[in-house]
Amino acid sequence: MQYALAHARYQLLELVRTPVAVFGSAFFPAVAMLFFVVPAVGDDAVGATYATAAMVTFAVLSANVFQYGVGVAEDRAQPWDPYLRTLPVGPTPRFAGRVLAGLTLTYLSLLPVVLIAALLTEARTTAAGFALAAATVALVSVPFTLMGLAIGYALPSKAAIVVAQLVFFPLAVGGGLLTAPGQAPAFIEAIAPFLPTRGAVELMWTAVGDFRPEPVSMIMLAVWIVGLATLAGWAYRRDEGRRFS
Amino acid sequence: MILARAEQATRRYGDVLALDRVDLDVRAGELVGLLGPNGAGKSTLLNLLVGLRRPTGGRVLLFDGDPRDPAHRRWVGVTPQETGLPGSLRVGEVVDFVGAHFPDPVPRAELLDRFGLADLARRQTGGLSGGQRRRLAVALAFVGRPRLVLLDEPTTGLDVEARHGLWEAIRAFHADGGTVLLTSHYLEEIEALAQRVVVIGHGRVLADDSVAAIRGVVGLRRVSLTADELPTLPDVVRVERDRDRVHLLTSDADQLVRDLVTAGVAFRDLEVRPTSLEEAFLTITAESRPAEAGVPTTA
Repeated sequence: MQYALAHARYQLLELVRTPVAVFGSAFFPAVAMLFFVVPAVGDDAVGATYATAAMVTFAVLSANVFQYGVGVAEDRAQPWDPYLRTLPVGPTPRFAGRVLAGLTLTYLSLLPVVLIAALLTEARTTAAGFALAAATVALVSVPFTLMGLAIGYALPSKAAIVVAQLVFFPLAVGGGLLTAPGQAPAFIEAIAPFLPTRGAVELMWTAVGDFRPEPVSMIMLAVWIVGLATLAGWAYRRDEGRRFS
Repeated sequence: MILARAEQATRRYGDVLALDRVDLDVRAGELVGLLGPNGAGKSTLLNLLVGLRRPTGGRVLLFDGDPRDPAHRRWVGVTPQETGLPGSLRVGEVVDFVGAHFPDPVPRAELLDRFGLADLARRQTGGLSGGQRRRLAVALAFVGRPRLVLLDEPTTGLDVEARHGLWEAIRAFHADGGTVLLTSHYLEEIEALAQRVVVIGHGRVLADDSVAAIRGVVGLRRVSLTADELPTLPDVVRVERDRDRVHLLTSDADQLVRDLVTAGVAFRDLEVRPTSLEEAFLTITAESRPAEAGVPTTA
């Protein structure tokens, strides 16, 4: 654990020294809040709350897919990575440290969204709802972390950036993160339950409001987690085999 | 006590045979130089010894165990490639981070002082000069109070002063009982530091002997002259012709010149130069290319 903390501290230091990395993952959700949520449903308490929860999910998606996808791919290209493998500690603390740092950055990137929601809209939830939502963030980070890891371990960094962008936007729109529950165009409503973003946002909606998650979305979210875990595990082992066997 | 050992260690990368049945023992208290041209297999051997790679055949032992088990790397110090240092972190932070992996790390200030980096503790590594980065990289090998350090080309690209500073630090570690295995392109560096030299070429150990003995083998001179015909000369390792220019590689240039004069050869434009290490290696490795490896006995 002490090693995992050392690695988390190291990763966060690196992030903080390039503030634009932190800024980047907080920027899109914050701007989307200002442009779409505040003017459209800012005065409607229920609508603003659901929209804020959707933007939080959006921020979780972008923070995880990009920082793991691009971060892991870049680290793999550095000779520092094999050097760390010569230290008398196995690869687990490094991995745990990365996840700790990833969660920290995810929560950090949510701050602007939550602040905008609290100050500029009527979005409201109870203290229990807020705490539940905060815990749900960690839960819904799981599929997107796995997705980022799969991209980062499978691809070189230049390809990882492109693929992260390619999967990120369709997942956000297709999962209905940019529309209120039941308000998306028909074809999005049709495909949304089959995307991991939908299951994630439904869990967030359930945490902050009076929402019942759809069974299809929940089952599909579980399927995605299993599928992405398999993919990430495969990519990790393939990378190990190439570089360290 | 043997700290690092390779037994018939073989490593293939696809069709390429990088190491071919290499035997090597590094005993406690030794300072061993690993000498060889690029692509000879030096880095592959080090990678096997620190557990970054698995041998395709044979086995490697580090402190009597598998180097892929982290516990067996407890007493080993390794140098990262200085291009890989995390550029946004400060020198002190990098030292603390690496030190956090060891139970009793050398305090930051003491380590930086030993390697002439005390003034740079707060600088980001990305802003260091190449030489400073190299010194930091070497310093990192010592942070965990190792009993064995593996240094891959520790002073390549350093100026003379910085090189001598690092040599002092390596000597001091060895004088305190530390064991060193270092690779180098520079014969001078090996001569300055090592007691024992292992020459590697084509993935095989070509020679494993004292510095003096190896110097006899690789310390060849190149005698160049312009002449039409030459008699048969003793102790000439290799003859190269470039139009009317003749280059003779020999271990005893003085005797060769005397022989030329005694034989009454009509030569002009005589030049005697030390061979580069590269040339010497070409000679050694060319002679020992057949499966029979060992010290060529031309000296």
